Amino acid sequence: MPKTLYDKIWDAHLVHEDSDGTCLLYIDRHLVHEVTSPQAFEGLRLSGRKLRAPEKTIAVPDHNVPTTPDREQGIKNPESRIQVEALDRNAREFGVHYYPVNDIRQGIVHIVGPEQGWTLPGMTVVCGDSHTATHGAFGALAHGIGTSEVEHVLATQTLIQQKSKNMKVEITGSLPPGVTAKDITLSVIGATGTAGGTGYVIEYCGQAIEELSMEGRMTICNMAIEGGARAGLIAPDEKTFAYVKGRPHAPKGAQWDAALAWWKTLKSDEDAQWDKVLTLRAEDIAPVVTWGTSPEDVLPITASVPDPASFSGGKVDAARRALEYMGLEAGQKLTDIAIDTVFIGSCTNGRIEDLRAAAAILKGHKVKDGLRAMVVPGSGLVRAQAEEEGLAQIFLDAGFEWRLAGCSMCLAMNPDQLSPGERCAATSNRNFEGRQGRGGRTHLMSPAMAAAAAITGRLTDVREMMTQPA
Amino acid sequence: MDKFTTLTGIAAPMPLVNIDTDMIIPKQFLKTIQRTGLGKNLFDEMRFDPDGREIPDFVLNQPAYRDAQILVAGDNFGCGSSREHAPWALADFGIRVVISTSFADIFYNNCFKNGMLPIVLPRDQVDHLMEDARKGANARIAIDLESQTVTSTDGQVFPFDLDPFKKHCLLNGLDDIGLTLEKVDRIDSFEAKAAEARPWV
Ligand code: SF4
Repeated sequence: MPKTLYDKIWDAHLVHEDSDGTCLLYIDRHLVHEVTSPQAFEGLRLSGRKLRAPEKTIAVPDHNVPTTPDREQGIKNPESRIQVEALDRNAREFGVHYYPVNDIRQGIVHIVGPEQGWTLPGMTVVCGDSHTATHGAFGALAHGIGTSEVEHVLATQTLIQQKSKNMKVEITGSLPPGVTAKDITLSVIGATGTAGGTGYVIEYCGQAIEELSMEGRMTICNMAIEGGARAGLIAPDEKTFAYVKGRPHAPKGAQWDAALAWWKTLKSDEDAQWDKVLTLRAEDIAPVVTWGTSPEDVLPITASVPDPASFSGGKVDAARRALEYMGLEAGQKLTDIAIDTVFIGSCTNGRIEDLRAAAAILKGHKVKDGLRAMVVPGSGLVRAQAEEEGLAQIFLDAGFEWRLAGCSMCLAMNPDQLSPGERCAATSNRNFEGRQGRGGRTHLMSPAMAAAAAITGRLTDVREMMTQPA
Repeated sequence: MDKFTTLTGIAAPMPLVNIDTDMIIPKQFLKTIQRTGLGKNLFDEMRFDPDGREIPDFVLNQPAYRDAQILVAGDNFGCGSSREHAPWALADFGIRVVISTSFADIFYNNCFKNGMLPIVLPRDQVDHLMEDARKGANARIAIDLESQTVTSTDGQVFPFDLDPFKKHCLLNGLDDIGLTLEKVDRIDSFEAKAAEARPWV
């Protein structure tokens, strides 16, 4: 029977299938951060169970850590400190791979995993974090799990799973200038809705996806969860192999050759069956922003704030509530919306290519007066590389703050937060009510679009600021 | 884990669609290293004003719904993050059942690990139960897990689907990890085979 890529990875990791279809799936990599793991380690301790495979478990603190240079003197918020200290202790006691706060390799767990070569094609990867979908960019089956499941994986290196259905999202043609991976992934969610992928694993394919860098592919898969999917996948190709090769934990020598031979088989068969298909033309995708409080509230930057009455069902009330929360009027042009904060970072857009894209727009410009703007590199290594390439200087010259690595204002569990009513152009992945701080208002967009907004002080079509095609 | 068999209780209506995990339990409450005590912060930003006073309009602040054990909710309940703090907060408040047309995948799975039952029903039936819930404290909805049914206040019986394994664990209060460890031989032999097939992992 022809198989999809998802089917192939699934089959290669199936430990056992019960007569009722309940499956036990083997997990190759388990990533752990400080917020969703303390109760799981405590559970192991209480039940006297062992960690089955510490060598397949990787821990890094990211959500709570401050991103200001003074963090080397310790974390001031007592609750955050307790969580990070709990991770330190658990990592040591259970003997897992660990990147503590002051290690240059520390960063957002979904940036650190691929960077260190922990994430490889054909693997199963889980983490107590919904954006684990990011790792699907390597052709790895990767998804978020809850804390009870974290404990289950720690104890058994498996997960009890039901198989999802197969969905194909194809992006044909080439992206126009100024349009990026972020615009693709947001446009897909705009088309399917936040529940459109529920019950599915999505494979992204088509020319526009093939043409993306690994960084861009990670941006795409990162937001699969925002469309409700269990995971997003992209078949590995030469770009994938080139990215992986030479990373600290990537296979070497004869093992590399053996791995490569298998990785090359990891693609959906020509005649594979799909339960759902969505096709978008890259030419039709514009730079987009969100206007509401759900990632599905997406429109091209050239559009206007929609009228809630134009929706149907429960969405009418949700849109009304969203406009009230966001302080917007139906019919207002999106480019007339003034902002007071810009946040460039997160596991969606905190990689080197994202910083390059933003810096290319910012070069020679200044941040609009009175605006707060910050760049938070996704890892210490991204930060170091950006400094070496001169990007940090461009940000600093423009008036951005240049921070240390962490989740930062993506979710405001750390000191980086919006105040009530503050409006932010953000490169992160969620615009939920209160996500970036109570009462804070979030517009999601690409790094280039966020840079353009920093210059003008309002939502801006980046294409108007481009001197040469991106 | 607590067993779940039957429940007859007050249902609170929350017709809003896409109620996300940041609404259910905002991130400032995720800094705990325990599973309990989150009920007081359930729906915090919808339930309390910035000074910590109750917002009277919010459904769970209304006298009729303070003891609700069931939520009837709009589409796509629990979307967003993987935080198990969301079901922990609901359970700690006393909610054991959520009824909706659809749930986000991770939230749905997390419920079962905490003795909670998320129930998916077709739209017209959810609408009917939403109307029931609006009637307040005298309207009690009944759930029977064994027979997989929800009974509305006017006696209509709505059957729901459920994965047999999840049902079995919930009915008997079984711990997944213990069950999986019974299959440890299979995991051992899988690992041995995988080490040969993919030694680089
Ligand atoms: S950057 Fe944001 S979305 Fe990504 S792991 Fe951190 S908090 Fe989650």
